[in-house]
Amino acid sequence: MTEAAAVVSETVAPNGSSDENRSLASDAWRSLRKNPIFWASAVLISIFVLMAIFPSLFTSTDPREAVLSESRSRPGDGTWFGRDIQGYDIYARCIYGARASILVGVLTTILTVSIGGFIGVMSGYLGGAADAVMSRVGDVFFAIPLLLGAIIFLVSLPDFFSSNAFLGALKVSLALAVLGWPSMARLMRSSVIQVKPNDYVQAARALGASPSRIVRSHILPNSVAPLIVVATISLGGYIAAEATLSFLGIGLQAPAVSWGIDISAALVGLRTTPHMLFFPSLFLSLAVLGFILLGDAVRDALDPKNR
Amino acid sequence: MGTYIIRRLLQMIPVILGATFLIFTMVFALPGDPLAGKCGERPCPPAYAAEFRERYNLNDPLPVQYAKYVTNLVQGDLGETTNGIPVLDQLKTRYPVTAKLALMAIAFEAIIGIFVGVLTGIRRGGFLDNLVLISTLVVISIPVFVIGGVSQYFLGVKLGWFPVTVTSSNPSFYELMLPAMVLGSLSLAYVSRLMRTSLVENLRADYLRTAVAKGLTKRRAIGLHALRNSMIPVITFIGFDFGALLGGAIVTEAIFNIPGIGGYLFRSIRARDGASVVGTVTVLVIVYLFVNLLVDLLYGLLDPRISHD
Repeated sequence: MTEAAAVVSETVAPNGSSDENRSLASDAWRSLRKNPIFWASAVLISIFVLMAIFPSLFTSTDPREAVLSESRSRPGDGTWFGRDIQGYDIYARCIYGARASILVGVLTTILTVSIGGFIGVMSGYLGGAADAVMSRVGDVFFAIPLLLGAIIFLVSLPDFFSSNAFLGALKVSLALAVLGWPSMARLMRSSVIQVKPNDYVQAARALGASPSRIVRSHILPNSVAPLIVVATISLGGYIAAEATLSFLGIGLQAPAVSWGIDISAALVGLRTTPHMLFFPSLFLSLAVLGFILLGDAVRDALDPKNR
Repeated sequence: MGTYIIRRLLQMIPVILGATFLIFTMVFALPGDPLAGKCGERPCPPAYAAEFRERYNLNDPLPVQYAKYVTNLVQGDLGETTNGIPVLDQLKTRYPVTAKLALMAIAFEAIIGIFVGVLTGIRRGGFLDNLVLISTLVVISIPVFVIGGVSQYFLGVKLGWFPVTVTSSNPSFYELMLPAMVLGSLSLAYVSRLMRTSLVENLRADYLRTAVAKGLTKRRAIGLHALRNSMIPVITFIGFDFGALLGGAIVTEAIFNIPGIGGYLFRSIRARDGASVVGTVTVLVIVYLFVNLLVDLLYGLLDPRISHD
């Protein structure tokens, strides 16, 4: 019986080792490829990103061309989605609005992930007094509601940031990132603390690897998965937050084209011309939905429990 | 338990100080004139400007300004609005409205969210489960100002089921019903999803199999064992959300004209009424931290394995 078991384990071993060669990333990619939700969200996001970079691919109309005589005309009266109060072509506005939203979403995510990720790794890896100080500082920022803090920050920022479209988007991103990083830091910290006591980390240290090498090649690859998931979902949340700030009149300002500005302007005509509200809301919701779905799909792929 | 609470209370002090300092710096120290727009379209008279700077200690360096502010704060003085009304009085009339709205929104999202979550968790993969999954996704991706505006128009203006806006300074239960549902809709989606995943995970647990094996009915096994253990993440989320809602709902309050904290803060920020903003945010942060502490203490009641000794 022992002989048979030995033979079995010998024949199984090569297969087993070839399985182990698959990295976490390639494993996740394998299961992502089979998920239709991943493809749906990827297509949705690609369309919006394309819209943001090359809006002229989708429309040749200028979003700031006001035809006042056709103000509030309905969809189909010469334009696809109708015109709003200013006589702007709503279809063109929706297309050009993608740039502001995607830009704010991506910039804010880059900022929160890099600040939060760095502080989270530091406090998780160092522990002790450094961890206590950084966690308390995070608590301070975390205790202030995101939208409220962003409003205060935006109102206090100098006019320098209103001079062009990119700086306007950067201003909104900064406001969201200032209060958004602690949630990323907390997540990263708890993830690093889980990975740190593992044998391979101890082994690397025993072999004399420097702290930066341990973090870069052992801790980071094994603890970054939750951050990727939450960052993807948050990107959708930041897009919604930008629209909310613009809706309140303090995010992006009027010459800029943004879904939030258009929705805010359309609310007055809700009773008589609801199409003015419908189309920008639809584009905004689809963009948010795309990132939430992508985050869900990536979470399912990275979580071994669901296999 | 006692030492745990004391330790947590002590930990709050630096957080409160830090948060007030942060807000204080943002409101008073960032470039921009705190007197801009105070006197309409023209610059303020020098006498008024001097008095204003004197009263709010704007001539002192920032740390001294802040120290003076905190000294007043500890004595219970939150300062005055630029109209000369004590901030505390403003909070006293507005906070009950916000608290009422927050409580109604929480009740709405907790009762319906947990019910729906349990229902879909038990019958996983059925028609209802898929319907709830899709509809929660839709609710999560539509921003609150669209949900608010559209539901105000359809349920308030067109169908006339609810009052369109709040008209009194002390709104009734009925007046706040629609705003509370709008406010709770996003969290309702999260609560039901969280409840579902948490219950599904616990239904696979060994202790549940044991409970069924020793002869408990399925209803009792789920209701008594699985449900109680699956509530922990849900309670965490609801508690976190309650703390956030007590900070006022700027957008919902603006749409429905509710005289709560959110609208007051928004107007104060835009008018650069620094004292109102810092005073109100300080109170909000303190309330938020206390709610969080209460949630942590609730864990112990739900799950005896978690102890705070």
